[in-house]
Amino acid sequence: MAALRVIKRDEPWKGGALVIVLGALAFSLAAAILMLAAQGKSPLLGAQVLWQGTFGHLFALEDALRKAVPIFLCSLGVAVAFRMQVWNIGAEGQFALGAIAATWAALTFPGLPKILLLSFMFLAALAAGGFWAFIPAWLKLRFKVNEIITTLMLNYIAILLLDYLVFGVWKDPSSFGFPMTPEFGPNAILGPIGGTRLHWGLAVCAVAGVGFWAFFRFTILGYELKAGGEGARVARYAGLRYGFLVAFVMIASGALAGLAGCVETSASLGRLQPSIMTGYGYTAIVVAWLARLEPLPIALASFLLALLRVGVENLQLEMQIPAAYGSIMEGLILLTVLAGQFFQTYRLEWRRGE
Amino acid sequence: MQRMCRMLALCLAAVFIFGLAACDQKPEQKPAAQSAQPAAETKAAPAPAAEKKLKIGFVYVSPVGDAGYSYAHHMGYKAVAALPGVEASYVESVAEGADSERVITNMARKDFDLIFSTSFGFMDPSLKVAKEFPNVKIMHCSGFKTAPNMSNYFGRMYQARYLTGMIAGLMTKKNIIGYVAAFPIPEVIRGINAFTLGARSVNPQAQVRVVWTKTWYDPALEKDAAVSLLDVGADVLTQHQDSPAPQEAAQQRGAYCIGYNSDMSSFAPKANLTSAVWNWAPFYVKTVEEVRNGVWKGGQAIWEGMDKGVVDIAPYGAAVPEDVKAKVEAKRAELKAGKDEIFVGPIKDQSGKERIAAGQKAPDADLLGMTWFVEGIVGTTE
Repeated sequence: MAALRVIKRDEPWKGGALVIVLGALAFSLAAAILMLAAQGKSPLLGAQVLWQGTFGHLFALEDALRKAVPIFLCSLGVAVAFRMQVWNIGAEGQFALGAIAATWAALTFPGLPKILLLSFMFLAALAAGGFWAFIPAWLKLRFKVNEIITTLMLNYIAILLLDYLVFGVWKDPSSFGFPMTPEFGPNAILGPIGGTRLHWGLAVCAVAGVGFWAFFRFTILGYELKAGGEGARVARYAGLRYGFLVAFVMIASGALAGLAGCVETSASLGRLQPSIMTGYGYTAIVVAWLARLEPLPIALASFLLALLRVGVENLQLEMQIPAAYGSIMEGLILLTVLAGQFFQTYRLEWRRGE
Repeated sequence: MQRMCRMLALCLAAVFIFGLAACDQKPEQKPAAQSAQPAAETKAAPAPAAEKKLKIGFVYVSPVGDAGYSYAHHMGYKAVAALPGVEASYVESVAEGADSERVITNMARKDFDLIFSTSFGFMDPSLKVAKEFPNVKIMHCSGFKTAPNMSNYFGRMYQARYLTGMIAGLMTKKNIIGYVAAFPIPEVIRGINAFTLGARSVNPQAQVRVVWTKTWYDPALEKDAAVSLLDVGADVLTQHQDSPAPQEAAQQRGAYCIGYNSDMSSFAPKANLTSAVWNWAPFYVKTVEEVRNGVWKGGQAIWEGMDKGVVDIAPYGAAVPEDVKAKVEAKRAELKAGKDEIFVGPIKDQSGKERIAAGQKAPDADLLGMTWFVEGIVGTTE
């Protein structure tokens, strides 16, 4: 009798990554079609509407690029730390701190020329995000506190701090008591690129992405970071400064998330309000894993995820499909891709049994 | 193990085949109804239908299935969608900020005639879209900004809150009433104040204790908040969030409760006294007809009350005695007739300072920006 058997590969499957991703996508799509059919909606029309809401329309691509900006920056941030096996779950909080710092700069120095004010906002956001991530790094090094817990808990503190500011000291006096800061002046707004809806945050992403790649590719520090990921003892044995490296990756990680917060406040909202916190910091973790911590795949994954989120809005609008459908599709894709990586190290084989 | 693997493979095959089959069948069953919709994308291609349908869009901040705020708006959507000559659609769970701007912009691009954006945080995005698409009409709920093609609207929920406050004041035995509050914004504060004024109008000893959850929907946290109020002796609870968790908590402890947004009695049939409810359908239908007849106006701030039917209280629970009903109904009749004297002075704040002078009626602008608590409330506005 023939049967399937699981066999460990002698070496990783070459070119398997692509097959796995495509296979996972096909599986998710099939399940998505089933779900549509179960709701009594036409899967063919669904596919058509989804296409129009994603690749089928220039607007959708533009919208997805915009939405991908904060996801990409946060994701790049967590990838820096993850590469050294430092588990920064706090991108959400570092994002909040970046937004807070940028807002502070925008509200305190509205009279500065645009270039100066924007640079100042960016610097403030980088510093604040970096500082917020340094706290867990210090706790980890000094007291051996697990950074997963501290970074996660600092998220709540950061969000409460943001709430405190917008509900209190920074509340716009002309907002009828609603929690929002005054609108930023024109000099504090990261404007659109040409006549498009895209904003210069995209250029920030490009710089950050290339910087990330070059840093790990060409610098000694970048190499040390990769080596340091093997653990504190290995790093010390190799003569690396483990403490310094941990602090460095956490600060860089937080700074990138802070940058995302700055771009989002300045380019998308033009003011600070609690609704800026939509979970990009957590999405970033999934994206970083999915992309195996490589900058180009991170860019691609951020974009595709944003595109999916934009596309399912079109499904809702044209076919009255619940919003939860999009979340389910997203979950299916992530789960199948991650589960599919099983085949990277194992293969199935038909064997004759007795 | 081997058998399981094979079963799995079979199941997978079945999934694919069934999926493909479904793919083939469905479009044939109802082709006409839906194929018209995506056509809006390619404007020139199909010939226009005999009469142009009005396209109406709704944008919600939360899922529509939660018995809460968006659910109440969605009931209005259903009334609009049932109108002849109307093509209505909606997008739910839209985050305030950049996401909402994209959703509203896409509706405008698809030539929607009228868009209802139903959450406060959609205000600035709505305004941006209104400026960019002058032919689109936007109705924004609960904000304060307008444009030539954008009006805002809300309901005087505080009137219904006042009535529920009266019921709470009459039903409490310990004179401690608990209020599970959402966010310290004027809308919520105004509701707490009206509720307290209602309670103390019939029971001057009554005290309203406020706990903030700073959530719109978080059942676990809202239940905890409710329990903390029950622990300090509250025997009637009310709430502002979308989840019915406080109702359930009250019933478990043998206390009474009053719901919000929609009739929440099914979640706590024994304990629920009534709910302060939204009734958007008449208003939405009226607005759509205004647009159809070309009499809709932008730049308006519309704030309708119980006299127009936008807000009301749900049917009384079994625990409410007749004499209580009679008192509440008397006041309800006044409000239905358009006589609203809820925020007429003298009204003092928590510190005992007079905020609304005797005989004076607080103007709407003050109500819309209310950030202080009236006398009789235990808690802070932070």
